[in-house]
Amino acid sequence: MPKVKPHRTSPSLDMTPMVDLAFLLVTFFMLTTKFAPEEAVVVDTPSSTSELRLPESHVITIAVDKDKRVFFGMDDDEIKADLLKQVGAKYGVSFTAAQVQAFRGVASSFGTPIEKLPALLNLDSEQRKSYKQEGIPSDSLNNQLIEWIVTAQSLSRKQFSKPAYIAIKGDGNADVPTVKKVISLMQDKNINRFNLITDLETKPVAGK
Amino acid sequence: MAEIQQQASGGGKGGKKRAKKMSTKIDMTPMVDLAFLLLTFFMLTTTFSKPTVMQVTMPVKEKEPNKDPVVLKASDAFTVLLGENNKLYYYEGLLDATTKPELKLSSYDANGIRKILLDRHRANPGTVVLIKPDDKSNYKNMVDILDEMNITDQKKYALVDISKADQDLIKTSGL
Repeated sequence: MPKVKPHRTSPSLDMTPMVDLAFLLVTFFMLTTKFAPEEAVVVDTPSSTSELRLPESHVITIAVDKDKRVFFGMDDDEIKADLLKQVGAKYGVSFTAAQVQAFRGVASSFGTPIEKLPALLNLDSEQRKSYKQEGIPSDSLNNQLIEWIVTAQSLSRKQFSKPAYIAIKGDGNADVPTVKKVISLMQDKNINRFNLITDLETKPVAGK
Repeated sequence: MAEIQQQASGGGKGGKKRAKKMSTKIDMTPMVDLAFLLLTFFMLTTTFSKPTVMQVTMPVKEKEPNKDPVVLKASDAFTVLLGENNKLYYYEGLLDATTKPELKLSSYDANGIRKILLDRHRANPGTVVLIKPDDKSNYKNMVDILDEMNITDQKKYALVDISKADQDLIKTSGL
């Protein structure tokens, strides 16, 4: 009896459609990707059922971590240089052109007093990660935090003709007094609307 | 592999020397490898969803406090105290020199404060919830309780600083 030979199909299959799709997806992700800004501090935000989303731009982020450190961040490239120069001028700290350039990368989140900012800006991005930032002073004697916020607000108003959105990003274990202090500082400057950044959690059905 | 169909060579004219035919098939494997590498990279680094935010609007700070304060009726008041170690206390009515409301212990889970708030809201829709976070409570507690306000659909609530009397009440209650 002759053996039944299975029908041999060619092992090389046409991959063109798959490759087409792959490149389509690559292009899509390349164009839509917006890299998450580098965070100077790890903040584990609590979750809430709120479904409002953080806007894409004009956001000032104030991060509070569990060691009571306060970090400032803002994401509009257009006003970063002016912000640095204006706040620096107030405290008599001047920056070189290279430092201003470096600030573009740092401004998304940093937590050093302005006196130590030039040193931070001189480091390269790898060294910066290991640099221990002590938080922006925000007590009544030396209140640099509110200076950053107010300056960023007014620059944002000038540039985009609307105030920036203020988001508070607190760690779940951050203490309430620090958060309350930050809020009351801004209330003093007549900023009364805040947004607390949280993770999404599904809304439970409230008992009817 | 992906193949490119070779065109049938159009009528070869005799005698002419033809260039050596190279195969039109190219090995696309490295390109595909690269494409998938990039695809994976961008897929993993992309941040799709923006974080959510909870909007909090604080009252405008009065320049001269107590000029014309809104008086809150004791029957409308409901106070939630956020204590240390994720403890949560509440009492109905107001605490002052003469009246000392009964302090009760509750919790952040679904059967705790949420149920109480819902009952209270049903009984008296005009309830004003006063949230007083103790200095030892953490930020998560504050967000949780504000979230409960959203869930139970409270119309009026306020974040208030905790007073010494409230702290004493927690201490003496022994809860």
